[in-house]
Amino acid sequence: MRVLKAFIAVVALVLVALVVAQVPGGQSLLGIVLPYLAFAIFLGGFIYRVMYWAKSPVPFRIPTTCGQESSLSFIKQNKLDCPTTKTQVVGRMLLEVLLFRSLFRNTRASIHDGPKLAYGSNKWLWLFAILFHYSFLVIILRHMRLFTDPIAGFVPMLEFGDGFLEVGATTIYQSSFILLAAVTFLFLRRVLRPYLRYISLPADYFPLLLIFGIGVSGILMRHVFRVDIVSVKELTMGLVTFSPSIEGQIGAIFFVHLFLVCVLLAYFPFSKLMHLGGVFMSPTRNMANNSRMVRHENPWNDPNIKPHSYAAYEDEFREFMVDAGLPVEKEPEPAPAEPEVEEAAPADAEEKPKA
Amino acid sequence: MADTKAAEMKVKVVKEPSLMTGAVPTRDWWDVEAIFKPGNYCYPAKKSIAEYHGKNLPGLFGEPRDWEIESDDWQLPENWKEIIINGIKERLDKFRSLKIFMDCCVRCGACADKCHFFLGTGDPKNMPVLRAELFRSVYRNDFTTAGRILGEIAGARPMTFKVLKEWFMYFYQCTECRRCSVFCPYGIDTAEVTMMGRELLHLVGVNTNWILEPAANSNRTGNHLGLQPHTFKENAEFLIDDIEDATGVRLQNLNFNRKGAEVLFIIPSADVFADPGIFTFMGYIMLFEHIGLDYTISTYASEGGNFGLFTHNSLMKKLNAKMYAEAKRLGVKWILGGECGHMWRVIHQYMNTMNGPADFLEMPKSPITGTVFDNAAATKMVHISEFTADLIHHGKLKIDKSRNDNQIVTFHDSCNTARGMGLMEEPRYILNSVCNNFHEMPENTIRDKTFCCGSGTGLNTGEIMDLRMRAGLPRANAVKYVAERHGVNMLSCVCAIDRATLLALNQYWNPEVQVCGVSELVGNALIMEGEKERETDLRGEPLPGMEG
Repeated sequence: MRVLKAFIAVVALVLVALVVAQVPGGQSLLGIVLPYLAFAIFLGGFIYRVMYWAKSPVPFRIPTTCGQESSLSFIKQNKLDCPTTKTQVVGRMLLEVLLFRSLFRNTRASIHDGPKLAYGSNKWLWLFAILFHYSFLVIILRHMRLFTDPIAGFVPMLEFGDGFLEVGATTIYQSSFILLAAVTFLFLRRVLRPYLRYISLPADYFPLLLIFGIGVSGILMRHVFRVDIVSVKELTMGLVTFSPSIEGQIGAIFFVHLFLVCVLLAYFPFSKLMHLGGVFMSPTRNMANNSRMVRHENPWNDPNIKPHSYAAYEDEFREFMVDAGLPVEKEPEPAPAEPEVEEAAPADAEEKPKA
Repeated sequence: MADTKAAEMKVKVVKEPSLMTGAVPTRDWWDVEAIFKPGNYCYPAKKSIAEYHGKNLPGLFGEPRDWEIESDDWQLPENWKEIIINGIKERLDKFRSLKIFMDCCVRCGACADKCHFFLGTGDPKNMPVLRAELFRSVYRNDFTTAGRILGEIAGARPMTFKVLKEWFMYFYQCTECRRCSVFCPYGIDTAEVTMMGRELLHLVGVNTNWILEPAANSNRTGNHLGLQPHTFKENAEFLIDDIEDATGVRLQNLNFNRKGAEVLFIIPSADVFADPGIFTFMGYIMLFEHIGLDYTISTYASEGGNFGLFTHNSLMKKLNAKMYAEAKRLGVKWILGGECGHMWRVIHQYMNTMNGPADFLEMPKSPITGTVFDNAAATKMVHISEFTADLIHHGKLKIDKSRNDNQIVTFHDSCNTARGMGLMEEPRYILNSVCNNFHEMPENTIRDKTFCCGSGTGLNTGEIMDLRMRAGLPRANAVKYVAERHGVNMLSCVCAIDRATLLALNQYWNPEVQVCGVSELVGNALIMEGEKERETDLRGEPLPGMEG
């Protein structure tokens, strides 16, 4: 079971954090060494991956055109789905990156007696993907409270917008619960839909379960097993200012949370999560459909590849051409010798394709 | 005709247990072997054909040999795995698209039910995501840290003969139509993956004859059919007789290989050879006569289509290079292209990059309307639908729409012109101008969401008829919908492969619906100077009111 493998991996990670947090020096490892290490791997790995992609050229201009091209004055171009200028491409990319435009097109096909194929609207994946990514973003930004002193101005505003309910002294942030709900949806979808279960790898379940673990540990830390927030802030500010130290009793759940985050960061550059960078670099989306207007250069274009020359063609067929009244470059010689054919296709071409 | 009767197939596609019909596969996909049996694969290339390509482009087409696909010995070179792995490395270095598409897929499944091959077969490996995973699994094993360390857990697997068989089966059950890439949140284009996969297969001599032979013909004679210059000319001229029968007008302007013409006109060669393409050809040359266009057709560059696209980018370039070479030799000002899908994918997205700059040509300008086609400023090649729509818009054509009143028309966007070019409204503008009865197929099956005919990229061969009829089902089903709802009896298109394959598809699924090129309907509607009272259309069928 692929999902089981991923589940065991995440449970094991939680246990590791719980155990290590209890051993002497363990908290320094989890709270100081690993965060630096993970962040370095994340940053280095991310940059390395993007550079690795960028190193390869884009030899051909291959946008997927999802709307009308720019052609005649009386035919309206679809500027966002078939852009021809840089500005239009930026527009297309913004729709893609911020609003998941392509996913919004999603439909669901079904086959019925007849046969009859039907394509129903299917926006659930789009909806939960949006909820997932945006709540994740809000949560990351909220955490900037821990890494800025004085607290960055946008954080309280964000918290105000995000917090809808106060339970005792603790505000409940909806983003935390939306994230969990979205992750749950994305996970259940993978498990319950047969075709998704069929294509899913451990590498698909693992990040979902890991993020679920991060979310749950975060919520537990905030609402159930309260941790000493002052000590946490001292640690996080210490990390940012490169003078980290762990004071007082923070609570094991914090280390579980932090450890899972570290794993996510370190895992990121080696996984499909790199779609975060890739979405900006996909040639079918980030190129203008202007290949007939402006020549696109291919750095490895091979100038030595030449067509079968007209001269060779005429040499092979000159007699026929003259007989058929087709103009020729070179008049045939009175007693034609066997024409020199360099690249004659074999004569055993029996089946004639239709196109 | 297909091995399975249509009546039987109608039930099979709905009831047969498959992922499409709700059955859940019992074995993981990597445990399911590709099994070749008659009807599910295209025949390998003849040794002589492979030799021919190998001579022209050394190293790209493997060791020429006679081999059997159903055999367990494909007579691969000893170091075939090494060739493939090195080939992947080379392509990763050359194509950013390949790297991105290997790394970024999250397997969200949005593409799964967008593929016509999946919809028609229910075979899990026809979900674009799994088709690409066949490639990705090998990539992970040899080119990623996670794959090297974690192996199977990271979804990695080494290249084996079993994998090679899967590649051959499923990279030839993809028509590179790009429909999946419309829905993918990262724009992952299976066409790119399939193209790379096919290039790699060619490196070890795994190929199909139906693609390599037309490509060889095209290189030597100028066209897929292997028509020699005199035959090409005779075929085309023969159609002048047919036009005269229908209109009473004998065209004077058809000519070949003429230097100094203003425009070089390049068509898919099937248009001078195969029914119903020939009617489209009649439409073209009637149009040119009608407006007095100074054009010529080349017998040397007599193929717009490019089966090289389905093999290797070098062969695509080699075949395509004839267009500019011939335009230069003849000294024309610009090039006009006929109705063909993959021909236009190559012209629009590859030609100028591969074989340009076309600085010996002029900015295309319609000599009739004065319209400057600045969308073709660099490539200098204009699509016949762009050209015709412009003529109509400027009122330069005398048209009698009612002559197409017997036709209740719908329009099939070919994948390549829709998703690899963006030509969508021009043909519709023409259709609305030359016929009175035009109905669109359902929204999810047209324009950028159009369904492939099921036989593109060189799969239009008789040996895989069942597969083709299954893959074409989504298109056929949309046609059926408008046939039942609006009485549609004519499926128009701007693609030569479509004209051949949709005909077979309709004969199977919708026998009441015919297939035509858009230019055929233009030809029917054109009021030619000095014409007799027209009693039949270009096919010799009586016009409305002339049935008696």
